[in-house]
Amino acid sequence: MHELSITEGILSIALGAAGGRRITAVNLVIGDLSSFVDDSVQFYFDMLSKGTLAESAALNFQRLPATATCSDCRVVFGVKAPLVPECPQCGSVHLAITGGRELRVESIEVDDGSLGS
Amino acid sequence: MEVSVVKDILSANDQVAAANRSLLAARDVTAVNIMASPGAGKTSVIAATAERLPANLRPGVIEGDLASSIDTDALLARGIPAVQINTGGNCHLDAPMIRSALPRLPLDEIGVLFIENVGNLVCPAEFDLGAALAIVVASVPEGHDKPYKYPGMFAAADAVLLNKADLLAYFDFDLDYFRRGLAMVNPDAPLFLVSCRTSEGMAEWVNWLVNRCKVEAGS
Repeated sequence: MHELSITEGILSIALGAAGGRRITAVNLVIGDLSSFVDDSVQFYFDMLSKGTLAESAALNFQRLPATATCSDCRVVFGVKAPLVPECPQCGSVHLAITGGRELRVESIEVDDGSLGS
Repeated sequence: MEVSVVKDILSANDQVAAANRSLLAARDVTAVNIMASPGAGKTSVIAATAERLPANLRPGVIEGDLASSIDTDALLARGIPAVQINTGGNCHLDAPMIRSALPRLPLDEIGVLFIENVGNLVCPAEFDLGAALAIVVASVPEGHDKPYKYPGMFAAADAVLLNKADLLAYFDFDLDYFRRGLAMVNPDAPLFLVSCRTSEGMAEWVNWLVNRCKVEAGS
């Protein structure tokens, strides 16, 4: 449900960075522990961007895997919710989440010829 | 042409949250964002905590709810200043909602401002409200797997309460498994076993909160 708020943020950041140029794509970096659904963001984006310079822009999702690090054997492994309770290498229960919460607009692609048109 | 942006998607919310945080600090108010599933006991925890605060830390409450004012009415009946935010179906509170609620509270009289978030273990974790502390309330009947299933929520907590601890004797709740899951996503958060019904554990939790309020107030 909070995809709507997230999408408003994405559109606002993209339009702010575009400097009046038409946006053809928005490149997003999303950690796998960030809780939202790509298709739903695309749906809201298509709706919210109508009539703006970002209308018809493609959203590209670069998903970063969530990782956990074992505090005992130091192995780093991919995780997703529900998390595993034990290290797959040494069986330790001393684990720490070390990646996967990213949520940012990395870059946008703009049409150079569109400024002022 | 590609234009580099590298901006956090929630930066607009985060800016308002930062403004809320400075406003609250300037008024010596420690805001506490209370997050939990529906039915974990957020309102009960707030009421039971408010009753046990020292006289110099007066409570206030912002209630986030989908539509009703049942919880706000219960708090007002106890003499606790409370304002309601109806999110109209939104699944979380955000920083602009808190900004608009703050002028409706007597901030100069309030020492601890509890913000009861919408009952949900997913969305509220993503939105900074400008509170000084984030507290997650889990409860025994929900089961011991919650930190594994909702790591984002438990990672956001400054402390975790396990409410309805008086029911541990009746449920197949593996406390050690719960603790390990919490330690994996958030090794620094203390866990308090409490029961609003029997009062067990409440003194320890309130003591921690009062000490954190002193730290936040810089005294």
